[in-house]
Amino acid sequence: MPFIPNTNADREAMLAAIGVKSVEELFSDIPAGKRFPKLGLPAGLSELEALREIEALAAKNLSASSNAWFLGAGAYNHFIPAAVPALASRGEFLSAYTPYQPEVSQGTLQAIFEYQSMAAELLGMDTVNASHYDGATALAEAVLMAVNAGGASRPRIMVPAALHPEYKEVLRTYLAAFTVNIDEYTEVPALAAKKCDERTSCFVASYPDFEGRVHDLSGVADAVHGAGAVFAVNADPIMLGLLSSPGSFGADIVTAEGQALGNSMNYGGPFLGMMGVTQKFVRKMPGRIVGQAFDHDGRRGFVLTLSAREQHIRREKAVSNICSNQGLVMLQTTIYLEALGKSGLKAVAELCWNKAHYAAKAIAAVPGFAVAEGTFFKEFVVKTPVPAKEIVDKLERRGVVPGLELSRYYPKRTHELLVCVTEMNTKAQIDLLAQSLKEASV
Amino acid sequence: MNLIPEPLAFELSSPGRVGVSLPTCDVPVTAVPASLRRAELKLPELDELTVVRHFTRLSQKNFSIDTHFYPLGSCTMKYNPKANEVAAAQPGWKGAHPLVSDDRNQGAIELIYRLQESLKAIGGFAGVSVQPAAGAHGELAGVFMIRAYHLAHGNPGRVKMLIPDSAHGTNPASCTMAGLTTVTIPSDAEGGVDLDALKAACDDTVAGIMITNPSTIGLFERNIEKIAKMIHDAGGLVYGDGANMNALTGVLRPADVGIDVMHFNLHKTFSTPHGGGGPGVGMVGAAPVLAEYLPGPIAVEKNGKFSMEMPAKGIGRMKAFNGNFGVLVRAYTYIRMLGEEGMRRLAESAVLNANYIKVKMEKVYPVKYPRRCMHEFVAMGNFVDGIHTLDIAKRMIDYGYHPPTIYFPLIVPEALMVEPTETESKETLDAFIDVMLKIAEEAKTQPELLHDAPHNTPIGRLDEVAAARNPMLCYRS
Amino acid sequence: MSSIDKNARYRSSHEWARKDGARIVAGISDHAQDALGDIVFIELPAVGKTLKQGEAFGVVESVKAASDVYMPMSGKILSVNGTLTGDPALVNKEPYTGGWLIAFEPTNPAEWDGLLTPVAYEAEAGKE
Repeated sequence: MPFIPNTNADREAMLAAIGVKSVEELFSDIPAGKRFPKLGLPAGLSELEALREIEALAAKNLSASSNAWFLGAGAYNHFIPAAVPALASRGEFLSAYTPYQPEVSQGTLQAIFEYQSMAAELLGMDTVNASHYDGATALAEAVLMAVNAGGASRPRIMVPAALHPEYKEVLRTYLAAFTVNIDEYTEVPALAAKKCDERTSCFVASYPDFEGRVHDLSGVADAVHGAGAVFAVNADPIMLGLLSSPGSFGADIVTAEGQALGNSMNYGGPFLGMMGVTQKFVRKMPGRIVGQAFDHDGRRGFVLTLSAREQHIRREKAVSNICSNQGLVMLQTTIYLEALGKSGLKAVAELCWNKAHYAAKAIAAVPGFAVAEGTFFKEFVVKTPVPAKEIVDKLERRGVVPGLELSRYYPKRTHELLVCVTEMNTKAQIDLLAQSLKEASV
Repeated sequence: MNLIPEPLAFELSSPGRVGVSLPTCDVPVTAVPASLRRAELKLPELDELTVVRHFTRLSQKNFSIDTHFYPLGSCTMKYNPKANEVAAAQPGWKGAHPLVSDDRNQGAIELIYRLQESLKAIGGFAGVSVQPAAGAHGELAGVFMIRAYHLAHGNPGRVKMLIPDSAHGTNPASCTMAGLTTVTIPSDAEGGVDLDALKAACDDTVAGIMITNPSTIGLFERNIEKIAKMIHDAGGLVYGDGANMNALTGVLRPADVGIDVMHFNLHKTFSTPHGGGGPGVGMVGAAPVLAEYLPGPIAVEKNGKFSMEMPAKGIGRMKAFNGNFGVLVRAYTYIRMLGEEGMRRLAESAVLNANYIKVKMEKVYPVKYPRRCMHEFVAMGNFVDGIHTLDIAKRMIDYGYHPPTIYFPLIVPEALMVEPTETESKETLDAFIDVMLKIAEEAKTQPELLHDAPHNTPIGRLDEVAAARNPMLCYRS
Repeated sequence: MSSIDKNARYRSSHEWARKDGARIVAGISDHAQDALGDIVFIELPAVGKTLKQGEAFGVVESVKAASDVYMPMSGKILSVNGTLTGDPALVNKEPYTGGWLIAFEPTNPAEWDGLLTPVAYEAEAGKE
């Protein structure tokens, strides 16, 4: 076998050195009647056969690589520069272990430090950790931080009703063991924040919210802090290339789904959970953190630090059980941010903004369709004259993926479509979308 | 190894440079209100070649499986076949969206279904979920499931989880997050669970036990069936930490010895890349008693059609969407190439390789529990006065070997935990053994070589105390 | 061999307590700081907080370990050693003097008599 190199002759020599007659003897501790069961797996395939089979499966999915794509809702179709996968797939990154031995892991460690530095700037935070599983779990852990900081006397958590529905589900899973109330607010954050009281541990704002609306967060921090609660924001990192950072509004913790920054949609994972905090919360933040250090010759290096927060040291008293990070995904984002840089990320965000606003006007001009009011960045809700699900089914057969029918999450909202426009969409595609919507509604 | 210092990207930055060309805007421009615009964005400015050289040079400062042998106990650093990467890079996966309707994502769901079926077969489980994104995440799902089971059966007072003292730190940390308290169970003289202590802890507040088998000292828990029975008799459930499944594929189905719920680390047993820290996958399998509590969604097949469904009594979502799908593709590719026969061969070779190194090394490096080991063993590095395991580990780097896991498990002083995996050849193992014996000799004759090690790396041992006292966690210009 | 303050009383979890007029000053023993190694961070309670004997009042962290520190006696926190924020190594250097952690007003002064004497503590710490 190509991945199990030892031949029978090797095995015989090794068995002799160990002093046993057969490999089976090495398993004598396993209960005899249960040893070596028949699993019922198919026989192994050659590389060629296995790849053919998997390629055939992959071809059965609707892919953004060959359709006009306007579906976002938490997983986004953005451009990935060629350098990103080319560099991140190098074996020295791909097949390296967690950088516990800094002398032989400076590549990974320095890349994490650069990620932390750039992500902190983007989110407007003092410190960012080396990542969580995804945006939803990052937000759940942020809320847990606030709940733990607030203690038993602050059981109330305020989240926007228009938080991503799956993020809400994850939040409920993570908070199952805590005696807390998750209050959903429907007002704009600046008004809702005034309802924070001495029983509130955490106020969450979504920037933008699930329906694409971008709310001004001015004044929120004062109201939340005035009640003694923690102000957490879940943000779209591409949008932050153009619009004010959550940190500039006084957020204490910022989380984000970083998939859009250089990673494919991949049927939903692996994604990148970004989390940043202000100085005050650094030692309460979960996850790996890399810091700068020097050796005895004064050479600069990087090392995992502040480990006393983590499970391998603090065990049941750790701030979280998280042990890994999304290493490769985070690396792709690091390369992406450096390749695009200061002007490139802003340019991507401007393309999203301009194309989304053009698309909104084009769709609003189609008889029977209306675009929801309010400020948006790259996503907006369209009111449809026929059920949105019907439109999606019709258009997807024609190579246009028009967005998400909101009835998927809200069964009563049958005539609403969440449309996402990015730099990937050409004017011709947007015009085709508007034309197709028109045709689908008659 | 690239020994030349590599500047930070910020230090390579030059105003006006950009590393990617983007299309010009082909639609009319809409003004962004000034009140919304951010004031500045201090990202580096680099051309493409500078970015490419920067990351290529950084990569050369890493050890990796592709370049070095990693006998890293408990971490199962096996070779990651290149076919896995080709399989995962298909445009039909990369461009697939989790919210497209199931009938237009049939390939992705079928792959998840097939992987679920494979792990059900390997573990002997009734149900499997791909949701958890890492081993620790799988543990969290497992303890949530146990808690949900007790609540559903009217036993809110079952809040005590028993954890052997050799366990990974994630076990107790996961319990805390799930609202459970933990009780540490000591090890007996042979490194197994102390049955008397276990018996004493079994009362009507027990939620269950979290057990790693083979244990973190690389030994098979011979009393596993007895332990499972004691817990079940006390009304508790058994969580299996599947971190060490690499010793058991095709050898023993954990469910057959009483494991009710277990996570599989796809990045260990099923060859998906560690990626310098992730992403992993901690798929959870469950016996009939817990299967309906699994997190969802789960891939379901009906008349040749595949769909993603939430289990009715399930604990809910552990993350958004459908698990770390790209990692699932890689693991499925590996399982498909190995097949039934390969699964058993994998575990056999992993155990054979570990025992071979152990026999050659234990003459010099004392092994606290000298029983025949499974896929790994724990030696000790304090056999010469003034020399610590850390010194040995750092000296190994000079010879081109990644150090083993050190100072874990906590119950073995000066632990040095060696796990070769099945993907290493006898020649690699022999060369490694020679170096270990040579280092042991150096420890006696030239201890300074060990104290000052490593010598041939981009940096020497870092001042971690200063780094933690005055943390510098971001670049400051 | 670690040193001991003969004027203090101890807990087996390695905290010391010393009378300073009506208040009690507390910290961790030389043995404890030595076992932890170079201390990098110390978390101390809010002034005014009331804690029971044996309740954790803070955390002392080194690079590889973290340890909760417990109230030697019940009391109300009067002050904490702010110098340690910038110089946690003081606990390593002067565990009984400059490296004190908290001062508190005892709410049950009788608990003093239940603490370990220097001799008893030395015997206990020596066993580890």
